[in-house]
Amino acid sequence: MKRWLAGGSVLVVLALVGALASPYLISLLTIVLLFTFLGQSWNLMLGIGGQLSIGHALFVGLGAYSVAVLDVKYGVSPWIGLLLGMVIAGSAGAVLAWLSFRFEVRGIYFALLTIAAAEFARIMFGGWEFVGAMQGLFFPAPTGAIDISMLRGDARFYYFIALALAALGIVGTEMISRSYFGYVWRAMRDDEQAARALGVRAFRHKILVIAISAATAAVGGGILALVQGSIFPDSIMGMGLSVDVLIGPVVGGLGTTFGPLVGSLAAIPLNHLMSALGDNLRIPGLNSIAYGFVLVLVVWFLPDGIWPAIVRLCKAIQMPSRLWLPQPRKAEE
Amino acid sequence: MLSLWLNVLASGILLGLVYGLVALGLTIIFGVMRVVNFAHGEMVVFGVYIGYWAVRLWDVPIIVAAAIAAVVMFIFGYFLETMIVKRFVGRPHHYQFIVFIGLSLLFSGTLLVAFGPDPRPTASQLSFHTVSLGFVTLDLARLQAAATAGLLITLLGVYLKFSSFGRSLRAAADNRLGGLVVGLNIPRIYAVTFGIGAACAGVAGALISPLFDAQPYLAVDFTLLAFVTVIVGGLGSFSGALLGGLMIGVAEAIAALMFAPSMKTALPYALLILVLIFRPRGFFGAKET
Repeated sequence: MKRWLAGGSVLVVLALVGALASPYLISLLTIVLLFTFLGQSWNLMLGIGGQLSIGHALFVGLGAYSVAVLDVKYGVSPWIGLLLGMVIAGSAGAVLAWLSFRFEVRGIYFALLTIAAAEFARIMFGGWEFVGAMQGLFFPAPTGAIDISMLRGDARFYYFIALALAALGIVGTEMISRSYFGYVWRAMRDDEQAARALGVRAFRHKILVIAISAATAAVGGGILALVQGSIFPDSIMGMGLSVDVLIGPVVGGLGTTFGPLVGSLAAIPLNHLMSALGDNLRIPGLNSIAYGFVLVLVVWFLPDGIWPAIVRLCKAIQMPSRLWLPQPRKAEE
Repeated sequence: MLSLWLNVLASGILLGLVYGLVALGLTIIFGVMRVVNFAHGEMVVFGVYIGYWAVRLWDVPIIVAAAIAAVVMFIFGYFLETMIVKRFVGRPHHYQFIVFIGLSLLFSGTLLVAFGPDPRPTASQLSFHTVSLGFVTLDLARLQAAATAGLLITLLGVYLKFSSFGRSLRAAADNRLGGLVVGLNIPRIYAVTFGIGAACAGVAGALISPLFDAQPYLAVDFTLLAFVTVIVGGLGSFSGALLGGLMIGVAEAIAALMFAPSMKTALPYALLILVLIFRPRGFFGAKET
């Protein structure tokens, strides 16, 4: 109960921020919330499913392209695009998982297969004239009027969409991890042999968890495309996006419900700040140095992530904190 | 037409040997330490810059620049391992991934700050000389790079096969605990291994500096290329890295001829996906234990 109260109050605070904050802050927080959602989708795959994906950009990009192609080329509502994106990315994830697990490609090999698939798709989309090739696709310029059916509106509108999505992601992760599937998947993650011996059809379940993760990533991608107003294969399907997706959960705390939110809140504004600093000082590369340095420091000193550290701190000073869903981290492989 | 194909094939093989050297560095590190070095491309780019500066400042032949790169990058790798990487050995792969992403951002940022984003071509007369072998014409820079890379791969292979250090390295790769029990200095072996891996990348970078302009943004491509190469051959396999390098080099060359230039880069990934699906451990990969 306390957990939901705390979660609810966080939501109220974020909603108030959305109503009051400056446009710059809002657009930054929109990205943070979208990556919270994407981080949850990635977290589902590794934190619960036990499969490391470093090519999540593939699913994000498929979702983004489904929305953009339908909307820009045919004027079809993004809602349909999101649905289509979920189907396409979910199938892509399922096919990828099926192909690799059929022949026991797993662990780091599976991770590298996801990179290869994402990079392959990026290059293919970059050469595909129909989807705009390298020139990308541009959504019609926003008029500022809010139109739910076409998901069109101003920055504040998108902020609330992203907020809803992030909340959905957090609640969804909680619900999944407490459901029958959550237990099965965690059992499978921790010891596949043992789970199989107990009658878990691991092969099917692995495909399922990856398909669900991919489908949710596609939703995040579709909204991300709408928020940005344009998509290019290099940015929406590139390696950089895959990294952005996983930095949130890893920095915030893998396998925890609030980790992706905390991690995105810490990492994304930091990245923007460092970029602004580098631009201001006219030293290209300064932001990469600072950001890279911070990443190394975080993994060095807070190997479990920021959120568990906060929880430990809360416990140490005798504050009731039951926000953290304890899920033992699993050493992958 | 046939001679065009032969020429392309030959240049693919030559570049493939250098790719093999890059991949070898990666595969040695993974094979011994089980660490996936996602900053490998940056180390190649360091090598390219070392080649550029050595030629620019002292006007030395590329071979000498490669030797300088070997020494510098070995020391760099050795200290990087003892200071940072060693803490992440044996940790889950996604932590290693984040650390190396952080390191690669650090490195490429440093390169950007130091040299700026503009590509710097290494002016080497070699690039303009060609050798004709009757049916194929090869440019000298490529030939020299490939010959040096091939020689180095052979030397390293022989050294690791027959020297006492090579034996202890293989023992450490095979069974870390067992190695510790019989008194191997595992931390030192790891540091030297990482040094050798970095040196391979650096030498390869210096060797290709006449072919690729030095530029910080090259690194990502090299990292991914090295991974593709290594996986195609089999992660952790010595001969696999070489074979993978040759395959990727040839595949790239053929793709450049057959498809649009922008599509050329997709072929290695397609190859990797096919290999992973039909031969999950690569061509020479051992069964994971």
